[in-house]
Formats: sequence, structure tokens, C-alpha cells
Amino acid sequence: MAHGHKLAIFRGLLKFKSNTQKIWGVLIFLSLVTAVEVALGIAKPYFLTHNYFIGMKLLNWIFIILTLVKAYYIAWDFMHLRDEKSSLRRAIVWTPIFLVCYLIFILLFEADYIYTVYKDGFVKWNF
Amino acid sequence: MDTSVTPAAEENVWGGGNKPLGASYGKMMMWFFIVSDALTFSGFLAAYGFSRFKFIETWPIADEVFTHVPFFHGNYPMYYVAFMTFILIMSSVTMVLAVDAGHHMKKSKVVLYMFLTIIGGAIFVGSQAWEWATFIKGDYGALETKGGRILQFVNAETGERAALGDFAASIPDVRQEHLEQNGVWYYGDESSLPTYSLNEVVEGFKSNPNILIRTETLTDDHQKTMLTREESLERIEDAVLVVEGANLVRNEYGSRLFADFFFFITGFHGFHVFSGVVINIIIFFNIILGTYERRGHYEMVEKVGLYWHFVDLVWVFVFTFFYLV
Repeated sequence: MAHGHKLAIFRGLLKFKSNTQKIWGVLIFLSLVTAVEVALGIAKPYFLTHNYFIGMKLLNWIFIILTLVKAYYIAWDFMHLRDEKSSLRRAIVWTPIFLVCYLIFILLFEADYIYTVYKDGFVKWNF
Repeated sequence: MDTSVTPAAEENVWGGGNKPLGASYGKMMMWFFIVSDALTFSGFLAAYGFSRFKFIETWPIADEVFTHVPFFHGNYPMYYVAFMTFILIMSSVTMVLAVDAGHHMKKSKVVLYMFLTIIGGAIFVGSQAWEWATFIKGDYGALETKGGRILQFVNAETGERAALGDFAASIPDVRQEHLEQNGVWYYGDESSLPTYSLNEVVEGFKSNPNILIRTETLTDDHQKTMLTREESLERIEDAVLVVEGANLVRNEYGSRLFADFFFFITGFHGFHVFSGVVINIIIFFNIILGTYERRGHYEMVEKVGLYWHFVDLVWVFVFTFFYLV
């Protein structure tokens, strides 16, 4: 590890003096995000559970986006992808993202189809 | 194992002297493994999503399933899982600190941080085991119908879940569990009898007018459907089995697939954490023995660190899709 660490997070908004400081900063941020998730999960605000965006509750969208934010900081700062060459970083990140999006798209569409088969194609399955 | 130090800058590009990605062999291989393992976990979680979308109207509500905290009685949805998440993030932090201390060649600090990481991992695996035990034991008990659906019970006055023991009648039953001491033709494969027989639960239900049935179907308000007393009396005729707790075949929480995915995904993740702890312990002793001090660098700590963070990363997703969404 001859090369140094990049010490700024939030696109340079927050700069740390040392790598150790940055680690603690990221920990505080990740803990805050988890606390927000748990608080929302317990409170379940009516507005967020009864409004939908592309067939999913707003609350679930928030959970998934916050999860991706957490995943970004774990990969970038804990797994120090931030300090790696951009070619390595892109190979690691975009390959699974592409494959996983493809998989999710196929499986959820198929599942929704089976759901309608159960709903409309059966006399009764929930007995 | 000295592949990571190749200072031969004079080698020609096609002779292996070129490092286009700027990462050593060991680190590259760890990333290969992590990417493929990430795809495996994605497959599991996507399959979970598939089953959930298939039964979107009857899927169990996670908040009502995972409500226990060790040493505390009462209903505390998610607090314990949030604690587990925090423990794992915390042990990730001590791991980064160990890697950082390794870059500065501070042996005693690496030892301390690796030790804390191992402790964090052990707490997490222990919590996971406790979570499993609670899930398998179950808390209220339920009935299963002919169609394989789960009927749960609610106290109409308090609106709270009623356990089978709260209302089941006591009827001396003829059927007894076959024990090894009672006969030679004992194979030991009969599952143990539930605490209450179906007859006891049904009769107890009929004589307790304040108990209602709750079905798996979700209402528009994202709650389970509560039947009226008349509907409940009609519905209980469909019951064929008493279900207590969870196993791979049936569970008292609802859809059978729910328990299967719980065991499979958290089990696979727990196995990763366990093997991570074992690898961490090996590295820990190597550090104490001075292996990396002699080697001149602590890249091994960095590599095992990548794996450890990956386990944390997976947990973040499992937490979201199993407990929150």
C-alpha cells in the first residue's frame, strides 16, 4: 500500500485528517442510517405505507435506497475501493449490478405472473 | 505465498510484469471470490423476492415474527436485529483499524483490533443462534388447514395474540408418543407430539367466545385479516394439524417458504460469519507469531478484511429484505 488514502467523503464535503478518523466518521454515518431505518420500520408512517411507486410502498423504496447507500460506504471506505484503480472498481461493481438487475427483473415479473395465475386461474387455493 | 511482492519493474508487459489493475494476485483472487459469492447471495435474495411476490397477499409480517430480545419480556420488534447489525458494523470498523495499523507495521495494535473483530463476530454468531432457537421454538402456536394455510388466534378483548395454552381444553387423549423404552419396533423417526392435540385446541376454541381466528391474508391496511366469531367457528372446521414453532416443513408464522428462506439465507450468512471468525483466528495467531512482521507487510490482514467486510455487506441486505421490507 504505497499509495495514500483518499480522505474525503460525500463528494469532498467532509474531509478527514487521517484514515482512522475517516473510519470513525463512516461508522457514525452508517449507524445513523441504520437508526433511521429502524425508527421508520417501527413507526411506519401512514403516508409512506399507503402510497406506492411502481407497485412498491414508498417506505420500502426508502429502505432499499438507504441499504444501497450503506453498501456504497462499506464497499468504498471499509473495503477501500475508493483507493483502488477505477478499472478494478468498475469491474467489481458493475458486473454484479448488471447481473443482479437482470435477475431481479426476470424473477419479480415471473412471480407477479404466477400471483395472477393463483388469483384468477384457480377456483380456490387459500383454504 | 510471496506472490504479493513482485518489485521486478523491468519485466516486460506480456511477461507478467504489468499490473493493469494495481492489485496483487491474492487481493484479485479475494475480489473474484467476493463477486461470485455476492452473486450467490443475490440469487438467494432474488428467490426470496420471487416467492414473496408470488404470495404477496399472504406473506408473514416480519415485525410480528421477530419480536424477542434476550433477557427481556414483551414485544420489541427489530431492536435485537438492529443490535446485531450494529455489532457487525462495529467489528467491520475494528477490522479496518487493524488493516490501517498493519499499513503502519504496528504489530501490537493489529493484534488488539483483530481480537476485537473476532469478539464482535462471535457475539454476532451467538445472537444468530439465539434468534434461530427462538424462531424454531415459536411462541403462540397455530393450526394448519387442509390447504396448508395457517390459522392464528387472537384475544377479542385485548386484540393481542392468544397462545394455544391460553384457551386449549384439557382432554385426556388416547394417543401417546412412542418412546424407545416401550418397544423394540422403535425407529425414532416419529416427530414429537404437539403440546395440545387438535381436539383440545378446537374444543377449547369453541368454549371460549372471546377467541378469534386470524388468517394469513393481508388487508389493505397491511394487517392480517381478523375473522368474526361466526366466520372463525366455520373456519376452524378446516383445521387438521397443530403447529408449534418452525421447521423446514411447516411453521406457525404463515407461508411455509418464509421459514425455509429464513433458515437458508440467514443460515448461509451465519456460516459465512462463522468461517470468517475461524479465518480471523488463524490470521490472529499468525500475527502474534510474527509471520507478517517477517514477511514485511500485513497484506494478509487486508485480504481477510475484505472477506469480513463482505460478510457485513451481505448482512446489510439480509437485514433490509428479511426484517424491514
